[in-house]
Parts: sequence; C-alpha cells; structure tokens
Amino acid sequence: MKHVALKMLQAAAMLLALGLPAQAAIDIQTVTSPGGIKAWLVQDSGIPFTALEIRFRGGTSLDAPEKRGAINLMTALIEEGTGDLDSQGFSKARDSLAASYRFRSDEDMISVSAQFLTENRDAAVDLLRRALVEPNFDQDAVDRVRGQVLANIRSDAKDPGTLAGRKLRAMAFDTHPYGTSGDGTVDSVTALTRDDMLEAHRAALALDRVYVAAAGDISAEELGLLVDKLLGGLPATGAAMTPRAPMNLTGGVTVVPFPGPQSTVLFAHEGITRDDPDFFAASILNEILGGGRFSARLMTEVREKRGLTYGIGSYLVGYDQAEMVMGQFSSANATVGQALDVIRNEWRRIATDGVTEDEMAKTKTYLTGSYPLRFDGNGPIASILVGMQMIGLSADYPKTRNDKVNAVTMADLKRVAARLFRADDLRFVIVGEPEDVTATE
Amino acid sequence: MIRRAIALGFFGLTTAGAIAAPVRADDVTTFTLGNGMEVVVIEDHRAPVVTQMVWYKVGAADEDPGDSGIAHFLEHLMFKGTETLAPGEFSATVEAQGGNDNAFTSWDYTSYFQRVAADRLDLMMQMEADRMRNLRLPEEDVLTERNVIIEERKSRTDSNPSALLSEQMRAAQYLNHPYGVPIIGWKHEIAELSRQDALDFYGLYYAPNNAILIVAGDVAPDAVKEMAEKYYGPLQPSAGIPARIRPTEPPQLAERRMVYRDDRVSEPYVIRSYLAPERNPGDQSKAAALIILAELLGGSSTTSLFAQSMQFGDAPKAVYTSASYNGTSVDVGSFSLVAVPMPGVTLDQVEAGLDKVIADFLVSGPDPDDFARIKTQIRANEIYARDDVDGLARRYGEALATGLRIQDVQDWPAVLDAVTPEQVTQAAVEVLSRNNAVTGWLMPEEVGQ
Repeated sequence: MKHVALKMLQAAAMLLALGLPAQAAIDIQTVTSPGGIKAWLVQDSGIPFTALEIRFRGGTSLDAPEKRGAINLMTALIEEGTGDLDSQGFSKARDSLAASYRFRSDEDMISVSAQFLTENRDAAVDLLRRALVEPNFDQDAVDRVRGQVLANIRSDAKDPGTLAGRKLRAMAFDTHPYGTSGDGTVDSVTALTRDDMLEAHRAALALDRVYVAAAGDISAEELGLLVDKLLGGLPATGAAMTPRAPMNLTGGVTVVPFPGPQSTVLFAHEGITRDDPDFFAASILNEILGGGRFSARLMTEVREKRGLTYGIGSYLVGYDQAEMVMGQFSSANATVGQALDVIRNEWRRIATDGVTEDEMAKTKTYLTGSYPLRFDGNGPIASILVGMQMIGLSADYPKTRNDKVNAVTMADLKRVAARLFRADDLRFVIVGEPEDVTATE
Repeated sequence: MIRRAIALGFFGLTTAGAIAAPVRADDVTTFTLGNGMEVVVIEDHRAPVVTQMVWYKVGAADEDPGDSGIAHFLEHLMFKGTETLAPGEFSATVEAQGGNDNAFTSWDYTSYFQRVAADRLDLMMQMEADRMRNLRLPEEDVLTERNVIIEERKSRTDSNPSALLSEQMRAAQYLNHPYGVPIIGWKHEIAELSRQDALDFYGLYYAPNNAILIVAGDVAPDAVKEMAEKYYGPLQPSAGIPARIRPTEPPQLAERRMVYRDDRVSEPYVIRSYLAPERNPGDQSKAAALIILAELLGGSSTTSLFAQSMQFGDAPKAVYTSASYNGTSVDVGSFSLVAVPMPGVTLDQVEAGLDKVIADFLVSGPDPDDFARIKTQIRANEIYARDDVDGLARRYGEALATGLRIQDVQDWPAVLDAVTPEQVTQAAVEVLSRNNAVTGWLMPEEVGQ
C-alpha cells in the first residue's frame, strides 16, 4: 500500500491534527512580514537551528491537461541548479552549509521543508531563495530527472497499492485532475520541455497561495525579514485553482488482476467536508471504527479475532476539492471475501447501532490526550502549523479544540453515523487474485 | 497504522545509512538496577511527552535452528495479556491515556515502546514490568496471531520481489551465521511455531538482566530511578541466559552471485552486499571509516562518486545509485551498493560501472573537498539529531542491545570526526572485494517464456 496509502495517511493525519487539547504547550505567534507575507512561528532557542515549512496550494492539480506531470517534474528540478550553480554545484553548496531542503508535490500543494543552522542562516536562506525563485531548469537536468520520474511511473504500474489507488481515483473523480496521477504518464512526461517547466513554475509558485510556518531558533522579526527575502521575488498570482471534484463512486466490487499470494484492497465512499458542523463527530466515529489503534473495531474484527490481515484502517480523507471515507488492508487471496463481509457488517453495525458510551468516552480521551504528543520538536511543530493554516484554522484554535471534541454527544454520533457510513455505497477495489469474490461489473 | 513492524534488513533500495550522533552527555543519565537492568534517561523538556523503551538483548539470530520467526512471533504475543491484563488490554490502556505503543524485532534485539504524556510514565512502567515476567497466552489467541504473522510475511516479503531477493541474498551471504535467516522466519517454519515455543523463548530470555530501559523526554532522572526501582527492581534475574556466541562465518573463498526473476519486477537492478566489520566496544574507528566511505560512494544522488560517474554526462548508465553501511550489530555487519540502470543499459554494464568507480577510488582515495563536506554534515547532524528525542532513544537502545557501552555511543561523534582519508581508503581496500560479497540481479521474467 506504500505510495497511495501514505498519501492517504497524510491527509488523514491532517484532519486528526484538529485534535488539539487545551494543554498543548505551544505559543503560536502570528507574523506579518514588512512585505505583507503572513507566517506562524513557535520560537524555541533550545537547539540552534530553524525548521521552516512553506506550502503553495494547488499542486499537481494545476497541470494543464496536455502537460500532465509538469508540476511534479518541475518540483523535482528546483534543487537541480540555479544561476552559476549546476546540479552538483547546488548540492555541494547546500551540504557545505549543512542545510537541508526538501521539495515535494501532491494533488493539492507543493511543499518546501527546510532546516538550517543559526550560525549560517542567511547563507542557507539565500541559497534556498535562488533555487526557489531562480531555478535554471537546465536541459540536462530536465532529462536526467525525467528519467527518474519515468522509472517511478513504470514501477508504480507494478505496485498493487498504487494500482488500487489509481483505479479507485479514476472511478471516483473521472476527468478531474484527482482522477489521474500527478506524476503523469510515460507519454506525457516524455513530451515535457524546458518551457513547460518555466510555465509550471509560474503557475504553481506564487504569493497568492503561499503558507509559511517556522519553529526553532528565530525571532518574529527575523522571520519576517527572512520570509520577504526568500519569497519576495515570486509573482503575485499564479494559475486558477482546480474546481470542485465530482464524486462518481458507486457501491460494488472491482477486481484488478495481479499475481501474488495476497490481494491489496482499498474501499471508499463519499466523505465529509472539514467545515461541516458534524466533522468532529465524524472524526470520533472513524477513530472508533477504523483508527490505527488496536482497539478500533476493524482492527479487532479483521485482525485480532480472525487473523485475516496484518493491518486494517479507515480514514477521513480530505482533499481541497473532494472528500472520502476510505479504508485499506491486504489479505490472502482465499480470505479477501470473508474480510469484505466483515467490513460491510461493521459499516452497517455502526450506522444502525452507533457506538457505546464506553467507546465514546475512551475515544475522546484518546483524541484529546494524544494531541500534545505531536508537538515534540521543531520539525513536527512547523509542519503542524503550516497544515493548520492550509485548512483554515486560527492560531488560537488549540485553546478551544478540546472543548469541541468533548461537546460531541451520543445523539450526535448516532445521527452522524447513520449519515456517514453507507455500506451499500462502498466501492471495493481489489488488486490481486481473490478466490471468493465476484466483481460486480 | 501498521503495528509491530519488524526492523527490516539492510538490503533494499534505501538511502545511505543515517549518520548517528548522540546528545551531549549532560542530557543523559545512566544507572543499573540491583537485578542487572541497565537504565538510560535522556532529558528533553521541550514538550510534556515521554517515551519508554525496553530493549531485550535477544532477536532472530538467537533462535534455535528450525524455529525461525519465534523472536518476532513472541513480540506479537507480548500484547496478549498477563495474569492481571486481558488480551489487548495493554494497548487499550496506553491508548486510553492518549498514548501509542508498538514493538519491533531485529536479529540482535526486540524492543517495546510507549509514547505518552510525561505524567503517565508510572503506569507504563508498571505494565511493562508486569509483562516481562507474567505473560499468559491463551491457545486460541496464539493460533489467530500466527495467521496474522503469516499475513505479515505475505505483505512484507512474498508480495515484494525486492524483499524476496534480499532474503535469498542474506541466506547466501551468511553460510554459517544465523544472520542469514529472515527475522520474520521462513514460511514453512512460521506455520509450525507453537505456544510452547514462544513460552520457552520468553522464559529463557525475558528478564531484567537481559534488558535495557530507555526513558526519553520530559522527565527527571531521580524520579525515573525511583520508579524503575519500584517496578523493575523486584523482578528476578534469569540465571540461564545463554552467552551470545553464535556460529561464525568461515572464510569466503569465492564470489557469490544470483539472479532472481519475478514478473512483478518493473525496474531491474543490481545490488551487492559485502561482509564488513561492525562497531565494537572501544573499537569503532573502522566502522566510522565505513560510514564515511558509504557517504562518499553513494550517499548523495547528485554529488556521490557513483552518482557523478553513472547518473551524469552524455550517456548516463544509471537512474539511481546508492551505498550504505550497517555496523550496529553484535556480529559481522554489511556494506551494500545498489544501481538501477537506465533503460537500454544492461545490468552487466551498470555493475561494471560500479566496479570501475570502486577501482578508481581505491587508487585515488577521497577527494579532499568531498571529505570536508561530509565531515561538516556529520557535525551538523549532531545538532539536528537533538530535535528528535525518540531517535536518540533508539540509538542508545540499539547500541546497548548490540553490546556497545554508553561511552561508545557518546564517543561516536568524536570517532567519526577523527576519521582520516587514509583510514577510509584502507577500509575500502579491506571490505570492497567481490570475493567478500554476494551480488544479486533483480529482473523481470524473460519475455516469450
């Protein structure tokens, strides 16, 4: 389940990151730079370095339709040379500063994660600025990194987890960008040119979609100046955001034949938006049904009682423009059908009967108690802060969040369970050679 | 969400080994309980969180022949209850506190951990001490859990051509030493593991004098000591723990090679693993030189020697290259190389490319600029490492569980910093011989068969 599952898990983690209890002992400062860029900061001079997280909303969904894969390739090329520095020169300059920069893209964002020592902060930020604002996109680098992307695309075509994710998303989202891989296809990536990289850069990296957070050894004033220096050279606006995605999933079973001893299964139906008043109730319900914890219902029924899988979980997946309730597991080809029956039963049981008082109490304790454990380092804190901004939370949210979890009532859970979990709407995508399952079409 | 991951082997398409760096000694307090249990406290007061880890000095390489997988199976069964805790209640209790728990098994150790709010440490210690000596295993739970690990093996190994090749290569690399047996166990042997096998293994090896306690986070050493004495202190040591004297490897006289074909393979690659000396107490300089050698050869996709020679230029041979070294082990470690060829380049050609870089390096030695840059990064990593107290806990636990001492962990950054270019060249000469290695080719099935 590697690739797709991880992306799904990240989305789920962002939702669960709503679980801030009052005792989260962090002090978030909101900073507006002299140039007008907003940033959040948790200052802690305990270790002489800064973790900086930058996000550009939009991501690979901003690809022009005939240029699928352009933003993914462009993102991978940011660290491949700027000005008089070629790929190797840039890499040596960064390593000599003992700084680290990571550039990633997904369907909703481009993310930049940087860490640098206080002693050479200015030089490390200037080098990052040159890469981000003035990348070379040299033709030899384009060709070399394109080769790496093509190797990934070919590997994904033989990875059961990726195949399952691709199939499910194609069924759910059709021609919307969410329906295809942001990596592009062998054909589309092969056709990309250096001009396409420049165009993708202009489309995706702009100030009208940027979010910034930092944690560590830096003051609010220093951060403001840093942000202006780093990002001030980017254009004010970029490409239009992608529209709302359709939700075309229907109940049923799809089988994608693939050799191996096990089948890999994804299952999903429509989800719930983050700003829905019932979102907290839905989060609690999902944690009870399919949370990663041992005591979750799916884990108990499918793994602990029956030994049908090594692991199973469900998630509230939130993209910018679509939502799903989604789950995943792997099971021997002979037992997939049995696992499907158990999952459908659990879906019906929670929709019909709701949850017990004991489950509600324990899950509230878990959700409220686990949150402060996440804020355990500059890196994690910066990442959480930028995620909070992207989903529209305010900086004082941590102070009120626990109350919202605790305010959910048994009546709320009963009502939302009946609304959210619809067994007949579940679409199972099975990649493997299942023995006791019939595809519905 | 996947629980109870076994520590994966060293082979595979991973990036180069992380450069270890411990905290300043003044954040670390150590003591030993009267029953022989070693305790390490690592302070980090930035967040109100604590991690407790208990490392047992037993792993897959300590299993009896024919019982492969029992160390890992027992690790799963340790969550099945004690005289006072029902099956599953351990994890449920941790979760009810807002915490998380898990465990992992390697060849040399088995480790259990919980991550909770700092004021819940007392309860965690009470439960972890309880299951060190009071495990109870209902037969039906054992059988169900055996199915779970069979599914785990299918997910990790049998569904993954890279993992299957890696397993075959280890078996070829270690003719005599039990490092050649997979941690998760051979499929036919897992299926025969019994409740009694698990209890026998448990009874022999799970005792305070075979365990290390690491407590890392927002805690005071004195309070930890008091708690540890209260909960772990009364546990009886085991008298019969076997010394970790395993069969050793005979001299390798011939190069070993294999080709594994699987129609689930998309990108073929060549991977080679050399036997390499491990870190030893008071004697870590050769291991440190090998860390730097791995960085120089394959630690960067842009500036390493493999990358420069094989991924750049007019006719690049490789899409991906790397080198890594694993030397934190009781017995002999390993040094490995990987190269994924460009389309149209054969595995023979890409392997020849690796060998040419190595041959040139043995003559020229490290480039001074490359060497200086890597030293800079190693020193900086000491600072970045302090941001991850759980990572520091794992470093101490892994080192102590493989026979190193606290002093060795704390000396390690200085040992790395003291490595000379000559030592790196010398280490390369000693290790990088094909008669000291096994080389594997992973390929798709031949078309037309």
